[in-house]
Amino acid sequence: MLKIDTVTKSYDTGAQHHRVLQGVSLHLAAGEALALTGESGSGKSTLLHLAAALDGFDSGEITLNGAAYSGLDDRGRAQLRRETLALVFQQFSLVPSLTVGDNILFHARLAGRPDPAWAAEVTRRLGLSDLTGRWPEALSGGQQQRVAIARAIAARPQLLLADEPTGNLDEDTATRVLDLMLELVRETGTALWLVTHSEAVAQRVGRRVHLSGGVLA
Amino acid sequence: MTRVAWGALISHWRRQPLQLVTLILGLALATALWSAVQAINAEARASYARASEQLATGTQAIIDRPGGGIALATYAQMRRDGWNVAPVLQGRIVLEGRQVTIVGIDVLTHPAAAVTGETPDLTESFLAEGRLFARPDLIARLSGVPDLPPLQANAAVPPGELWTDISVAERLLGQTGQLSHLLVLDPIDAGDLAPGLRLRVEEGNDTVQLTRSFHLNLTAFGFLAFGVGLFIVHGAIGLAFEQRRALFRTLRALGVPLRRLMLVLSIELLGLAVVAGALGLVLGHLVAAALLPDVAATLRGLYGAEVDGALALRPAWVLAGLAMALGGAVVAGTGALAKLRRLPILAGATVVVWAENAGLGSRRQAMAGVALAVLGVIALALFDGLVAGFALLAGLLLGAALCLPLCLSLMLRLGHSAASGPVAQWVWADARAQLPGLSLALMALMLALATNVGVSTMVSSFRLTFTGWLDQRLAAELYVTARDDAQGAEIEAWLAPRVQAVLPIRSAGDRLNGQPATIFGIIEHQTYRDHWPLLQADPAVWARIEAGEGVLINEQLAYRQDLWLGDQVTLAGQSMPVVGVYSDYGNPNPQAIIGMDTLLQLYGDVPNYRFGLRVPPAQVDAVRAELAERFDLPPGGLRANTEVKQVSKAVFENTFVVTGALNALTLGVAGFAILTSLLTLWTSRLPQIAPVWSLGLTRRTIALVELGRSLMLAAFTALIAVPVGLGLAWVLLNVINVEAFGWRLPMFLFPRDWALLTGLALIAAALAAGWPAWRVARVPPAMLLKVFANDR
Ligand SMILES: Nc1ncnc2c1ncn2[C@@H]1O[C@H](COP(=O)(O)OP(=O)(O)OP(=O)(O)O)[C@@H](O)[C@H]1O
Ligand SMILES: [Mg+2]
Repeated sequence: MLKIDTVTKSYDTGAQHHRVLQGVSLHLAAGEALALTGESGSGKSTLLHLAAALDGFDSGEITLNGAAYSGLDDRGRAQLRRETLALVFQQFSLVPSLTVGDNILFHARLAGRPDPAWAAEVTRRLGLSDLTGRWPEALSGGQQQRVAIARAIAARPQLLLADEPTGNLDEDTATRVLDLMLELVRETGTALWLVTHSEAVAQRVGRRVHLSGGVLA
Repeated sequence: MTRVAWGALISHWRRQPLQLVTLILGLALATALWSAVQAINAEARASYARASEQLATGTQAIIDRPGGGIALATYAQMRRDGWNVAPVLQGRIVLEGRQVTIVGIDVLTHPAAAVTGETPDLTESFLAEGRLFARPDLIARLSGVPDLPPLQANAAVPPGELWTDISVAERLLGQTGQLSHLLVLDPIDAGDLAPGLRLRVEEGNDTVQLTRSFHLNLTAFGFLAFGVGLFIVHGAIGLAFEQRRALFRTLRALGVPLRRLMLVLSIELLGLAVVAGALGLVLGHLVAAALLPDVAATLRGLYGAEVDGALALRPAWVLAGLAMALGGAVVAGTGALAKLRRLPILAGATVVVWAENAGLGSRRQAMAGVALAVLGVIALALFDGLVAGFALLAGLLLGAALCLPLCLSLMLRLGHSAASGPVAQWVWADARAQLPGLSLALMALMLALATNVGVSTMVSSFRLTFTGWLDQRLAAELYVTARDDAQGAEIEAWLAPRVQAVLPIRSAGDRLNGQPATIFGIIEHQTYRDHWPLLQADPAVWARIEAGEGVLINEQLAYRQDLWLGDQVTLAGQSMPVVGVYSDYGNPNPQAIIGMDTLLQLYGDVPNYRFGLRVPPAQVDAVRAELAERFDLPPGGLRANTEVKQVSKAVFENTFVVTGALNALTLGVAGFAILTSLLTLWTSRLPQIAPVWSLGLTRRTIALVELGRSLMLAAFTALIAVPVGLGLAWVLLNVINVEAFGWRLPMFLFPRDWALLTGLALIAAALAAGWPAWRVARVPPAMLLKVFANDR
C-alpha cells in the first residue's frame, strides 16, 4: 500500500546544503509491520514525515494506495492525513486547547468515523482513563505520548506511522503500547511503520530496515 | 556584561523591524490623537484670551438703543452735552462666503486706536486712506475680494473682525448717519440719556464660560483616544517581551542579574517612548492643523466665538505630549516588567494555563467594572454639573470595557457547548484559549464602537429634533429686516393687504434673575398656536400670554435657573408666572416671550423693524421680488425661511464634523490594536496550529478559521458595544447636553447606523486579522514540523 521510490530530501540551512535522504526506496503492504532504526540525526523522522505527506521531497515518488504524492495539492495531502493515515510524533503533537479526552477522539471525528466505544477501550488499555479531563500541558512527556498514540489508534487508520512511540515509556507500558499496535495490525489490516532505538521492539515487530548514510539497508 | 545584554536585546529589533514599527507607531498614534486635541483646545483658549484682552476692551460701559441704531445727530448732541463717548458702527457682512464683523471707529476718540497705531503715522493713514485692519490670517483669506479698501495686517485686532474708520464702515455696511453704539470713556454724569437710549455695562467676554463644555468634550475624546492607544502600546510591548522570553531566560541562565536586565529593558522602553512621543507630536500637530478650521467653524456656529485659523507651536504642549508618551509607556510596560520578574528561568506558562488563570482574572475584572459603573452613577447622584456627568460617562465606559472579557468568555463557552463537529469544537475551544491575549484589543474596539454608537445616536437624535424644531420655529415664509423703524412702519403698512399676516419681531434686553436675557413680544396669531415648539405648557398658554398673564421661557433658562410651569419670573420689576417652556437650540442665552402689549407696556417703545411674513407658498417669490424692488432694504434684509433653514443645517453639520473625524480615528486606532495583538499572538499560534494541520486540516482552512475567529470576536464585541453605546447616548442627551447647553433632547434609535458600524468593525477586524491569517496560509510545512521537534 505504501511505496517509496528513490526519494531524496535535503535541507538548506543558510549557506549549507544538507542532504538527509539520498534515494530511499521501500514497500509496505497492508497488514504488515515494519521497524525503522538508525542513528540519531540519520533522517528517520524526516522520512516518516515525508511518508505522512507532511512535507515535500526533492525527487523520487511516494504513493499510498496508488495515489502519487507529487500529484496531490494541499487539500489532497490533508485529506490523506485525515482519512487514510495517522502519525504519532516524537513529541508535542496534542492540540493544546482540547482536553485529553477530546484529543483522543479528535482524529477519528475528523476522519468521519468516530467510535466512542473503541476510543474508550484504547484509552483504558493505555491507562489514560483518569486523565481524560486534563489539559495536555498538565501531562508528563510519557503521558502525552500515550495520548498521541491513543488518538492515532482510535482513528483506525490504514497506515499507522509512529516516531519512537515508546521512547519516553517504561518497559511495562511500552510493551502494552506495542501489543495494542500489533493487535490493530492483525485485526484490521493496518500497515504499521515505527521508528525505534530498542532492539527488543524491533525484534517483536519482525521486519526491519536501517537508515544510514541517507539510504535504507 | 551590560553591553553584551544590550547587544542581545537590541539585535531582536533588527530581526523584527516590523514589530519595532508597530510599537513606535502605536505609542505615536496615542500621543498624536491626545496632543491634537490639546493643541486645538490651547489654540481656541488663546484666541478667546486675545479677543478679550486686546481690543474688545473687556468690561466696558456702552450706550445703545435696543433694537436700533443711534443717529449721528444724537451723538453730536451728547458730545455737546458733555458726554465723553466714542462712536462705533459695527455690523456683519459676508465676504468670501464667511461672515466678518466690520468695526468702524473714530480714530481720534476711540481708545483702541492707540493699540492699532503701531507706527507713528498710522492714525493719519487710517483716516486718509481708509484702510481695513485685520489679523494676518483673515487678510490672507480676503486678498482676492474685489473693491475692498487697502488691507493692513495687525495682530491686535480680534479674530474675524475688520477695523476701520467709521466712514469706510458706513460704505461697507451700506448704512449712513447711524451708529451702533457709543463707548463711554469717562463715566461722568452728564445728565439724562435721550429717550430710547440705555446705558449698560457690557459683560466681559463670556466665550470662555460658554465654550468650556465644548472643550471638555474634546478633552474627553482626547483621553479616550489616548486610552485606546495605550491598548496598542500594551500589546506591542507585550509582544516584544513575549518574543524575547527565551532570550531573557538564556541571559539569566548565563548570569545576568534580574535587576540589571530590568534596568536595561526600562531604558530601552523610555528611549522608544521618546522617539514615539516626538513622532506623535508631529502627527498630532498635523491632525490638529487639519481639524482646526472645522473646530473654528463649530465654535463660530455654536457660540459665535472666533478662533484663528493658524496653529501655533507651544513649548508647554510639546512637553505635555512627551510626558504623556512616557507615562503611557510606563503604564503599558509595568505589567510586562512585572511578568519578567516572575518569569522562571526554566520553561514558562503556556497558553491554556494562561487562559485558565485569565478566567479567574476576568471575573475579578468584571466585578471591578461593575463597581466603576456604580461609582459613576453615585457621582452623578451626589454632585451636579458637567464633571459629574463625565465621571458617569467614564465609569460607564471603563466598567463596560472591564466586563467585556467575562461576557465574551461566557458567549464562547455557550458556543463551545453547542458545537458539534470536531472542527467547530476545536474552533470554539481555540477561541477561548486565545481570548485573554486578545481581550485588551477587543476592549479598545468596544470603547471605540460604543463611543461611535453613542455619539452618532446623540448627533442623529439632535439632527432629527433640530430639523423638526427649525420647521416649527421658522413657520413664517419670509423674514424682513428694515433699516429702521421708519422704514419698518412703511413696509408693514404696505404689506398688510398683500400677505396673510405680518408678525412683528420685537425684543428688549433685560436681566432675568441676574442673567442678561432677550425678551420678545408676540401678537395674537394662530401661527404661534400651531407651530411654536413648546416642551411644557399651561393648557391656556396662548390666551394667558395674550392677556399679559404669563411668560414663556426657553429651555436653557428653565434648566439653568430651575424655572418651570407656575414659577415666577420678574420682568422689568413685574412678577409673572411661567406658562410654558419652549426649545431654543443653538442659542446659549436666556430668552423669554410675552404678549406684545405687555412688552410695550414694560419696556416702552421697543424698535419695530423686523417682521415674519405669512405668505401662501406660491406667492413667496412674487412678494419677495416686489419688496426688494420697492424698498431699499439693507443687505440680507430679506430671507426666505428655506434659506435660513439651509444655513442653520449647514452650521449644524459643521458642528459635528470634528466629532465624526475623531470617531473615525478612534475606530482606526482600535483596528490597529487588534492587528498588534494578533501579531503578538503569532508566536504562540504555531503550536496550536501544527497539530491540527498534521491531522489533516489544510493551511487554507486553518487560515480561514483564524480570520473567522477574529470576525466572530469582533461581532460579539459589537453586540455588546451597541447597548453600551446607547447608554452613553442616553447620558449625553440627558445629562451632558443639559449641563453643557441647557437642553434635553429626546433619544431616537437608528438600527441602520448600528448595522453599518458593526459592518465597519468587522471590516476593521478583517483587515487586522487578514495579514496574520495570510501568514498562516503561507507558513512552510517545515516550520510547522519544527513545532513537533523543538523545545518550547
Ligand atoms: N527543518 C530542518 N532544517 C534543517 N535541518 C533539519 C531540519 N529538520 C531536520 N534537520 C536535519 O536533518 C537531519 C535528520 O533529522 P531527523 O529529525 O530526521 O533525524 P532523526 O533520525 O529522527 O534523529 P533522532 O533519532 O534524534 O530523532 C538532522 O541532521 C537534522 O539536523
Ligand atoms: Mg527523530
